Amino acid sequence: MSEKLSADSRCEQTGDEKQDTQEKETVIPERAEEAKLKAKYPNLGQKPGGSDFLMKRLQKGQKYFDSGDYNMAKAKMKNKQLPTTGPDNNLVTGDHIPTPQDLPPRKSSLVTSKLAG
Amino acid sequence: MAGVAGGGGGGGGNDFQWCFSQVKGAIDEDVAEADIISTVEFNYSGDLLATGDKGGRVVIFQREQENKSRPHSRGEYNVYSTFQSHEPEFDYLKSLEIEEKINKIRWLPQQNAAHFLLSTNDKTIKLWKISERDKRAEGYNLKDEDGRLRDPFRITALRVPILKPMDLMVEASPRRIFANAHTYHINSISVNSDHETYLSADDLRINLWHLEITDRSFNIVDIKPANMEELTEVITASEFHPHHCNVFVYSSSKGTIRLCDMRSSALCDRHSKFFEEPEDPSSRSFFSEIISSISDVKFSHSGRYMMTRDYLSVKVWDLNMENRPVETYQVHEYLRSKLCSLYENDCIFDKFECCWNGSDSAIMTGSYNNFFRMFDRNTRRDITLEASRESSKPRAILKPRKVCTGGKRKKDEISVDSLDFNKKILHTAWHPTENIIAVAATNNLYIFQDKIN
Repeated sequence: MSEKLSADSRCEQTGDEKQDTQEKETVIPERAEEAKLKAKYPNLGQKPGGSDFLMKRLQKGQKYFDSGDYNMAKAKMKNKQLPTTGPDNNLVTGDHIPTPQDLPPRKSSLVTSKLAG
Repeated sequence: MAGVAGGGGGGGGNDFQWCFSQVKGAIDEDVAEADIISTVEFNYSGDLLATGDKGGRVVIFQREQENKSRPHSRGEYNVYSTFQSHEPEFDYLKSLEIEEKINKIRWLPQQNAAHFLLSTNDKTIKLWKISERDKRAEGYNLKDEDGRLRDPFRITALRVPILKPMDLMVEASPRRIFANAHTYHINSISVNSDHETYLSADDLRINLWHLEITDRSFNIVDIKPANMEELTEVITASEFHPHHCNVFVYSSSKGTIRLCDMRSSALCDRHSKFFEEPEDPSSRSFFSEIISSISDVKFSHSGRYMMTRDYLSVKVWDLNMENRPVETYQVHEYLRSKLCSLYENDCIFDKFECCWNGSDSAIMTGSYNNFFRMFDRNTRRDITLEASRESSKPRAILKPRKVCTGGKRKKDEISVDSLDFNKKILHTAWHPTENIIAVAATNNLYIFQDKIN
């Protein structure tokens, strides 16, 4: 009788331990992913999620073109090439002065939708 | 197959089988950005189905009357009207490009022969009237049949113009333009149950409009902080209660929902109810807040529940219980171990929508790889289906799909690493009374129906 009881209680303990490991394992995927991200981008903001990406969201659609800057730069560098954009055309930073060619063309879709075809 | 659970809108998961009905759109591999469908919505009767796309166009499909000679067709949806709703704009003052993409379409309840809908892009909401013309007047006095003006001195007799039948023409005309009320990007519009007002919500503010008045709107929610650097959350979706015209909800990027009562004060910055599920602090990570952001909120038809969609799950909330949802359904939990790459390719910011069936017994939402998921709230069963050209033979029964999360991949299963994250189903709609669903897969619109016995 007592043997049976102790056998049962041993099973319960193993059960609990197993559950603990399982819980830890379910927490790990997200943390492992976070570690991967921090390894790739060590300068990633300290605040999780946070206002960085919120501000980016609020500024969607912002395109900067200052004709004064553009013309002055053109005059100053008439013998040299103007710096061109890198792979990300939407991000305007630092010394890069956007040219009309950099801004993606705006044309409205006067073509009928293919869903109606 | 076992009988369909009940009449209109009953059942959802495995009670019966879904069949392919129709697919709209081009087959070509190169998808033009403008053709990407950005919203799908049935009208109140389900006879009309509207889609909006990134090119600012609206296409409305109408269900054909059931035809005795073609018993299988059971009401196909065919093109009824199409028009350019919004055009791209450039705000020179703010150096802001305004996309023509239609963010939302909402139908008004039908009050006469014409149909009305609201369509919105990031900045401007428009009320469109869609009306039919099947008669034409002939025999005018002052102009002839070509429309040229007749010389009044040559007219010797008067005649009464006669109405003659003509081929059906469906015309869409903009009746109201509600502009200049949003500094930030509009994410939601919702028609009130009073049928006179509607709300529009952007990232930081919600405005109340009267359908007849375009030069004024009331601001009812404003969460913009005095100092923008203190910004911690934005409004992600908003909807009016289906029966109580004074009640609306709005969801946030932090995973919370606020219910507001317009009778309590003019400015509803203070909520009446605050819904938030407590978080387990030990499981918090960099991604926690991002994946908790609610991308859609929808009241049940009964008005007793509401459903929210965040990145990995769908939750059903009882309006009487604020501290946790009553039901949680995992959409694609296997993505939890892919969050790093989903953050890098921006997929973690994808905004999935969700919808109820007519009887509120089932819910549906989209996923990746052109998969979409349905959950039956009564049986707790769920099913994963795919919108693909391969299973698009007429009345072909859709086969359930399964994603293999690790270890041995069984035949017919697809592994997580093989999922195509460019094939996202963000927009789905369920007919208000019948088991007919519309699923937008990038530039194609799929219509599925339950099997007819």
